[in-house]
Amino acid sequence: MSDRGYPDAVADEFPPPPTTFTDREDRVIEIRPYEGDEADREALVEMYDAFDPADRAQGIPPGGEKRIREWLDAILPGDCYNVIAWCDDEAAGHATLVPDGDAYELAIFVHQKYQRAGIGTHLIRGLLGHGQANEVEKVWLTVERWNRAAVSLYKKIGFETSDAESFELEMGLRLHAGDDEDVDPDDADE
Amino acid sequence: MKVLCGIGGSDDSFRALDRTVERAAVANDDLTIAVVDNEDSSVSPDEVMERAETAVEEAEIDAEVRRVEGDPGSRLVEIAETEAFEEIVLGGGHTSPMGKITIGSIAEFVLLNAKTSVTLVR
Repeated sequence: MSDRGYPDAVADEFPPPPTTFTDREDRVIEIRPYEGDEADREALVEMYDAFDPADRAQGIPPGGEKRIREWLDAILPGDCYNVIAWCDDEAAGHATLVPDGDAYELAIFVHQKYQRAGIGTHLIRGLLGHGQANEVEKVWLTVERWNRAAVSLYKKIGFETSDAESFELEMGLRLHAGDDEDVDPDDADE
Repeated sequence: MKVLCGIGGSDDSFRALDRTVERAAVANDDLTIAVVDNEDSSVSPDEVMERAETAVEEAEIDAEVRRVEGDPGSRLVEIAETEAFEEIVLGGGHTSPMGKITIGSIAEFVLLNAKTSVTLVR
């Protein structure tokens, strides 16, 4: 997928995790990068196993512990970037960047118990800060167009719609100025 | 059942082909495979034709493989309606590295416009 569109402008600088804040329900939430810890991974399995299937998006998170583990095996290790929102030892939310050619695909999930408390905004900013710290240049995502809460969150962050012709909206964000073939030569030469 | 399977060369369209041929051999479907233009596909229509013909031969079924040019979604719907097909079968979409399913543009058009049942093969 090399023909995705991204904004010309580079996004704001996002705070790299770890960060801590108090959510709208007065819970102390800490956002930390996932660094391969076994217990952290089990906490994520637990979060997704208890995840309301009504909030699934385009088939993820998958249902059932076995499929959840297979899916996490694909998106946690190696060159993926992951951050988790913690409330004590409980995983409240998770966001991930998965490499796709010269860009990264983004997804974010907040457990139902922790939704509508401002955690999603902190979590995605933490993920993008983590991505910026690791020289990620371009990020894309798809979102179901009826998911207005998610679409407005992504817009607020700086994502711009790159394809509105399908069931899902496709959006893109530029985290770093990189050598990109799409750059207009007139702009680049000045 | 009279089945129209539309394929354009994407990975998911070949999965749909294999499943439909397999099912036709068991269920004795009256199967037509329509090879359509898919601008997102890197496989040429000739290669897709060849692959479909091979699948039909190997399954030892009597199915027509037909080249259908023009806008793929509307042509499939039109053929299904004018030739009284009972079902259209298509590939069920692409899965991103993240694991997200995205339905192709042909399937979107057919789903919203067909009067027949539509099966998307996962």
